[in-house]
Amino acid sequence: MKITVAGVQKEVADGLTVAQLVIDENVETPQYVTVTINDEFVESGAFESTVLHDGDSVEFLYFMGGGQYGINE
Amino acid sequence: MALTNEQIERYSRHIILKEVGAKGQKKLLNAKVLIIGAGGLGAPAALYLAAAGVGTIGIADADEVDLSNLQRQVIHATADIGKPKVESARESMEAINPDVKVVTYHEFITSENILDIIKDYDFILDGTDNFPAKFLINDACVMAKKPFSHAGIIRFKGQLMTYVPGEGPCYRCVFKEPPPKDAVPTCKQAGVIGAMGGVIGSLQAMEAVKYIIGQGKLLTGSLLTYDALNMDFRKITLPHDTSKCPVCGSNPTITKLIDYEQAECEGTGL
Repeated sequence: MKITVAGVQKEVADGLTVAQLVIDENVETPQYVTVTINDEFVESGAFESTVLHDGDSVEFLYFMGGGQYGINE
Repeated sequence: MALTNEQIERYSRHIILKEVGAKGQKKLLNAKVLIIGAGGLGAPAALYLAAAGVGTIGIADADEVDLSNLQRQVIHATADIGKPKVESARESMEAINPDVKVVTYHEFITSENILDIIKDYDFILDGTDNFPAKFLINDACVMAKKPFSHAGIIRFKGQLMTYVPGEGPCYRCVFKEPPPKDAVPTCKQAGVIGAMGGVIGSLQAMEAVKYIIGQGKLLTGSLLTYDALNMDFRKITLPHDTSKCPVCGSNPTITKLIDYEQAECEGTGL
């Protein structure tokens, strides 16, 4: 089946889960990534149980720090 | 209040824009923007907002200028090393534009002081690089009904989103709580290309200006991501389920500000 991951179309195996996709895509901090499928959040505890479907569009949203290191540190 | 001849000349490239005009320029001169963090993001944002004639610019930062800051924090100069960042930033902004009143906060933002600091401002820029501060700014802005720009940068990547009360998701809709200390890399550990602060901090300034003049579409309900190595900008739609968010949702469970990791920070001397 074909899915879109971060805007790029890919051919993946039927039945692929979000948990497996996170591994396949080498997500740097998999336990802290936020995932959306077709502009809906996937609950963080539901990566294993969420199966992707043909045509799904998946986005990974990452924690990112910023300019100034020091406030409240 | 009418613009002076000098102001008409200084802001002529703004005034000629149909989206700004004399009316928009007056809005900028009457606006109050708070920048939290005078670092990689806050430095370019402060310079552009001062140049744009934002009448009052608040700048909050507890740190002093360090040699390692100067690779990206373009508001500070070599001669400023050791000086409070807010003082160095104030001098640079005042040198650019005497129209601007700069208010400095040489202190850490905490659950105790943040609501009092943000209350007088129209728009807030989050230029911090730690998650306790990012969640604190988000929660405080949601509770005080203040619009703000969130941003993050690391390595060759950056991202930003804008929160406007009632018009889309907040930071906590996307990220439930701060990751544990050192669970995700920081700029200090992983590095950041200097110009990334320039790109993303300038985009934050752009959002502030658009909000003030009331023109265009803000990054509400979307996260703009920038990958410099691939020169790829993407706008990712953010879901907004008002029933679920613990702070901006219809049944909030977080109703008091939280100082994350405060216990760990005590006595570390950082």
